[in-house]
Parts: sequence; structure tokens; C-alpha cells
Amino acid sequence: MVNLRISALAAVLLVGALAGNAHAAGSKADLEPSGIDPGNINSLQRGARNFMNYCSGCHSAQYVRWKTIGEDLELSDEQLINNLMFNAEKTFETINIAMRAEDAERWFGVLPPDVSLIARSRGSDYIYNFLKGYYIDPSKTTGVNNRVLEGTAMPHVLGGLQGYQRAIYETREEGGETVKELTGFEIAVPGSMDAEAYDEFVRDTTNFLAYIAEPIRSERRQLGVWVLIYLLFFLILARMLKKQIWKDVK
Amino acid sequence: MTEDEMERLDRNRRHFLTVATGVTGLAGLGAFSIPFLASLKPSARAQALGAPVEVAIGSMEPGELVRVLWRGRLVFVLRRSEEMLAKLGDNDGNLRDPNSEVVEQQPEYAANATRSVKPEYLVIEGSCTHLGCAPLEDFEVRPSEQWNGGFFCPCHGSKFDLAGRVFQGVPAPTNLRVPPYRFVRDDLILIGQDSGAA
Amino acid sequence: MARIEAEVGTPQGGLMKWIDDRFPFTSTMKYHVTEYYASKNFNIWYVFGVLSFVVLIIQLLTGIFLTMNYKPSAAEAFASVEYIMRDVEWGWLIRYMHSTGASFFFVVVYLHMFRAMLYGSYKKPRELIWIIGMLIFLVLMAEAFAGYLLPWGQMSYWGAQVIISLFGAIPVIGDGLVEIIRGDYNISDITLNRFFALHVILLPLALIGLVFVHIVALHEVGSNNPDGIDIKEKKDENGVPLDGVAFHPYHTSKDLVAIIIFLMIFFSVVFFAPEMGGYFLEYANFDPANVRATPEHIAPVWYFTPFYAVLRAVPDKLWGFILFGLSVILPLFLPWLDRSRVRSIRYRGWMYKMALTLFVITFVALGWLGVQPAEGIYVLLARIFTVLYFAFFLLMPYYTSIDKTKPVPERVVYNG
Repeated sequence: MVNLRISALAAVLLVGALAGNAHAAGSKADLEPSGIDPGNINSLQRGARNFMNYCSGCHSAQYVRWKTIGEDLELSDEQLINNLMFNAEKTFETINIAMRAEDAERWFGVLPPDVSLIARSRGSDYIYNFLKGYYIDPSKTTGVNNRVLEGTAMPHVLGGLQGYQRAIYETREEGGETVKELTGFEIAVPGSMDAEAYDEFVRDTTNFLAYIAEPIRSERRQLGVWVLIYLLFFLILARMLKKQIWKDVK
Repeated sequence: MTEDEMERLDRNRRHFLTVATGVTGLAGLGAFSIPFLASLKPSARAQALGAPVEVAIGSMEPGELVRVLWRGRLVFVLRRSEEMLAKLGDNDGNLRDPNSEVVEQQPEYAANATRSVKPEYLVIEGSCTHLGCAPLEDFEVRPSEQWNGGFFCPCHGSKFDLAGRVFQGVPAPTNLRVPPYRFVRDDLILIGQDSGAA
Repeated sequence: MARIEAEVGTPQGGLMKWIDDRFPFTSTMKYHVTEYYASKNFNIWYVFGVLSFVVLIIQLLTGIFLTMNYKPSAAEAFASVEYIMRDVEWGWLIRYMHSTGASFFFVVVYLHMFRAMLYGSYKKPRELIWIIGMLIFLVLMAEAFAGYLLPWGQMSYWGAQVIISLFGAIPVIGDGLVEIIRGDYNISDITLNRFFALHVILLPLALIGLVFVHIVALHEVGSNNPDGIDIKEKKDENGVPLDGVAFHPYHTSKDLVAIIIFLMIFFSVVFFAPEMGGYFLEYANFDPANVRATPEHIAPVWYFTPFYAVLRAVPDKLWGFILFGLSVILPLFLPWLDRSRVRSIRYRGWMYKMALTLFVITFVALGWLGVQPAEGIYVLLARIFTVLYFAFFLLMPYYTSIDKTKPVPERVVYNG
């Protein structure tokens, strides 16, 4: 039985280790941690406002119902309708866009993706860095490129806030070839926000996207604690019963 | 302590543990079944699709019947003519529940002589209270049959008058159900929402 | 004190007799439960059979409820999974239990199989139990594979694309076979629809049937034990094996403890890490299937990666497929590859102990290599471990027959 306990402990530790490995694989660029706080309702509310003001013109979140957002972010139906719901009339509707698919394809070349699950497929660090990663690149039709997603079709929607950055390159010789590496940014055209305010703006927006990717997240964690407490109690009883039954086996 | 006593104590302890473990396990199973049973309830989408339905009645002629769906169920909206309303009380003696006393069959505000908010407009579910078939309208007046117009269920022959009240001697046990509804404006009805709710 | 007799076995007059005259209830309960004697010295390795059964129940139950809301069509599948996750009350819990259960199924089944290799449970007279078990494993792989297509995410789609294309490697009939599997010229709505049928009807039925037969065969010959001794050879005056204790209440009470510990681990994942760092739910699968773009990094779910690594280690399509198939099938022949006179590793010589240790390292290494990019050092490592994998099986008749074994005791080792 000691064996069993050690194995169980090892298994739990393994679960923890693997689970902590979130989004370790896959992305190439070094990503700065987004530092979002999923428990911060104010941040989520600001993120919702940012999303509706700047993203929802092109990006739908077709699996997300307003009602759910209202309940989780502590917003009343009136607050939702008056402050956030530009494209919807009823709170049980989902977040859709008015733009038609053909128009979108003509304007951007590709359909702006639905972002209900973007934080689950890419990770919140990716979104955070993507929104901060725009730099001037005259060779692109949008005039900008992105450090995280090279050649993105998405224009720098937040340019007015962040301003426009210029990329700083470092060139070095490597095996007889000249390698040009992007090492940092400097602001070329200032926007209405300073760097700190913009980081906060992007962090809130990322937080909101992470929330809509799995609205149930905080609820499942709370419930999980109770389930484990119950199982622990059950385990103690079952263990005592087992000992009692096996008492006379020699 | 004698060996006998020890054994008895042992048996008691074992019995207690068996019961305690069993009860705890059953309680766990009970809790475990809640998510599964709850998942069978109408989902958020079903609730969204079952939201109140607006019906514009501004252009309805007297005697005109409109069929709409609310929560996937058939609802009749009938604009009753003055003639229809005048004859409504004639058959009260042949009806099972002329005064709408079965409370589940209509909201309180429709438990009146015309079973409606405004006498002119009848709003009623098109589902026979016998086994759920959709009744057909039959507005022709035939004095010989004591028929002043009403609804007739093709499945098992139940008959209802122009307020959806069931006749005696047919299989349907109760009057047709009046759904919750309210007048948003004089020419607009909202089905599925009471006057009380926002 | 005498062993406590369970009450279930004794007919209680009226109703029980009435039933027993018409249906072998009491005798079946005795044979399989209250008077099925298994060794008293079972250790932790002996809980994974019952745990596999627990996971099977979880999968069947959650699967049925998922089926009530899932839509097996290319246009609706992805959205219907999100519908379950968001709109169906508690749907997220049912879905996470099912997705986590799939991975845990393989965890417990792999450990269950490893137990058999530790204690020679596949050796005579239990060959058939092992063969049925291997069939269960094959059906389980098919079941998991078919199930993985259903969410219709990027990994579902491209994973299925790769694995189905494998069959194209078979000479002559390959291309036709692939078309028959897909039912179309590419993976499509039609493929999804038939995989759904396989996943919810045919394969679960086969699984349940095989599990039933697996247990019947086991109860016919009796369970092995960590000492690999035949406990039926030493019986008391009532014909009860001296080293055996009844399945109920002894093993059931012990299994209950194991089941609860298992559920604690299982629900830790369900509630706190349902994606399990991208191993149980792959991140790319949160993007809907897109025929126009393969995800950058594509790897099967973790439980297929050891075999997938074998496939990739071979620089030839046909031979890759053959070795891949062999790597899955080979364990089936263990009862005949193993020539050792003893069952349990406790009494085997250093050769088998070393071989088995190496095999575990090989299997884990292949599993790890299966998720790494197929380039550079990884390819070389995959080849080395592929050779080791096959060597374990193919050289087994040799090293198990020359290995020095220790004498097996008369009775099982039990320290209370």
C-alpha cells in the first residue's frame, strides 16, 4: 500500500508537470508572458470593451453568448445592451459580425478568423505579443508586418493607440552569409497611449479573449476542489474498510 | 477483554465501515448523476431559440387566423369578428370548462369570458389537449349542429369553440392552452412573455 | 477467525430460488464474485485491469451523452463540440471526461499490459487471455482513432489524413483501400459520418464483447500472481486455494481503494488540466479542420506516438507501414516468444530483467520521439530505438531460454 501511495503521488506530480507545459511546443518567436489575470473582473470588462470597439468589426466570436458574458463579468442586461452589443439586439445572441464574407475576402484577401477559441489554439502569450508586434514594412499592402505572424493580412488596427513601430535589425555574418535579425522596436509615429498604457490595453484584451475561449474555466477549478475533497474523504473510509476486511488474511 | 468481545467489536466496526463507505459511495454516485441528468435540459441554444416571438397584428382582417411558432410549438392568433364574439357565450352549456377554471390552461389575465387580453384577439396554442395534434379551424356557422365556428382536431375528433374551450363528449380533457403573451403596442403582440416581465 | 463468507451467495428461499430455477444467478455470482479466488499477494500492478473497466464505463456513459448533442457532419461537427462545451448544461464536464478518459484508457491499458510482461501472465495456460487482450488493444486503437476525427479540428483532420494514407502503402490494393476507408476522394463529410458510426456502434460493441470474453477466459484459468505460481495446486479441505482470497469482499475492497485513487488523478486532470499541456487535447484541434492548410507541427495523440516513431524511422513508405504494423502486432506472439520456465520476473535471470528494462526505455523513448520533428538526431535515435524494440521481441526466444532462473517457491510471498 505504501507502494500505491508513492505511485499515486508520482502520478499527481507528473500530471502537474505535464499540465504546466502549456503551449511549450509550436511557436517560433520568443514570446513575452502576457501576465493576464483571469480572476480580475475589471480587466475582463475593459477587455470586453476593447474587443467590441476594435476587434468585433471584423472578428466574430460565434460560440459566445452575451448572456454568458453578462453573468460571468457581472454586467446587467442594460449594461450589455447599452455599452457592448453593437451587432446584437438580444442577450442570448452570440457575437457575430455584420461584414459579409465576400466583402471580407475582397478587403483583406482572407476571411478574418472567428476568435472564440483563438486563445486556446494559439495561447494567450501569442495574442499578447501579436498585438504588440506590429512594425512598419512598406513592402506590405497594409504598410505593416508582424513579428509573431510574418506577412499577416491584418492591418494594425490599434495603430492609433500604440503608434507605429520601426523594427531594429542586427546584421551579422554566419557561414559566409549575411543574416538579418530583428532585435527590437522603436516608436516611429507615436500613438495616443504610452507604452505602459498600451501594454495594459492589450493585456485586458488578451484576458478577455482567453476568457471567451473557455468561459467555464474558473467554475471547473472551483468544482474540482470539492470533488477532490469528497474523494479524499471516500478514500479514507474505503481504506479503513479494506484494512478491516483484510485483517485476518495471513 | 475476551476473544468473544473482541470479535463482536470487530464485527461492529466492520459493519459500520461497510455502511459508511456504501453511503458515501452512493452519495457520490448521486452527485455524479446530476451533470448527466442536467445535460438533458433545454440548452442555452434551445432557450435562445425559444425566446419570445413578436407577431405584428396591424394588418389582420376580422376573422383572420395567423399561425406562428413559439419554442417550436404552434400558436394561433385569431382576430375574432364582432359576430364571432357575439355568439361566443351561446354554447356555454355544452362546454366542459366554460369559465376557464382549470388554472394551468391559461395565464390569470386570460381566465375570462373571451380567454384573452383584448377580446378581439385570441392567442392560443395549436396543440390539442388530448394527444397533441394540431386542430384545424372551422369558422363556418352551422346552427343545425349548434356549431358557431371553432377548432376541430382531425386526429380524434375533439372540438373547441372560438375561445379554444373544449366541448363535452370529446376525448380532449381541457381547453386549449393560452400561452403567456402581452401587447407591446396596439398592433404588436409578444408571445412568450408576461406583462409582468421586462 | 474464519474468513467472512459473503451473504450474496446463499439462496434466501422464495424469490432467489424462483430466479435460480430459471437463471443461474446465485451460481454465477459464486463463480465470478464470491467464490472466485485470486492470490492474496496482488500488488499495485494488479489494479489496472479493474481500472480499465472503470474507464470503459466512464467512456460508454459520457459517450452516450455526447452523442445526444454531437452532429456527425463536416459542416456542424466542430460547432457542435463547442455547443456541448458552452451551451449544454454541464456539457463541458461530460466532454472533458470523455477526452481525458481516452488518454487514461491507454495509460491503464499500457500499465495492464506491462504487468503481464512483468509476471508472465501471458504464459501457459493464459495465452488466450493475452490474445483476446491484444485484440481489445487493437480495437481500442481503432476506437480512439475514429473518435479523434469527430471534433473535426485541424489535428483531427490531418491526423486522420496521415494515418489513412498509410494504407496506401499496401501494394496493388492500397489506393483502392484508402478510398474505401474514406468513402470519398479525400477525407470529407462522408468519412466523418462513417467514422462516427464505427466509433459509437461497431467498435464499442466489439470492445464490450471482447472484454466479456477476456474476463470469462480469465475466470476459467484463474488469475496469475506476482510470483507466477499456480495457486490452485495447494488447496485446503474445502477446495479453496490456500493462497487465494475471494474476489468479494477481499479484492473488491482493495480495488475500491485503487479506483478512488485513480479517480482523484483522473479528476485532477479533468478539472485542472483538461488539455494536459496539449497532450490530451492538442492545441491545433481548437482550429476547425481546414483542407487548405496543414498545421506546422503535426503529431498523433501521445498514445500512438511510439508506433508512429517506428513508422517515421523507416525511409520507405511500404516498409514503414510494414514495420509499423509489426510493432503493433508483435506483442501478440509473446506467449510463444517467451521460452522461460518461470513466469514472474522475480525468479528470472538478469537477461530478461535487462531486456524488459531496456524495452520500457525504448517504448518511452519512441513515444517521445514520435512528437519531435522528424529531422537530424531524432531520426537517428528513432532508428536505434526501433531496432531495440524489435530486438526485444525477436531475440526473446534466445535470451529467455539461456537465462538462468531462480527456483520458484511453493507458496506466494505475502507479508501482510
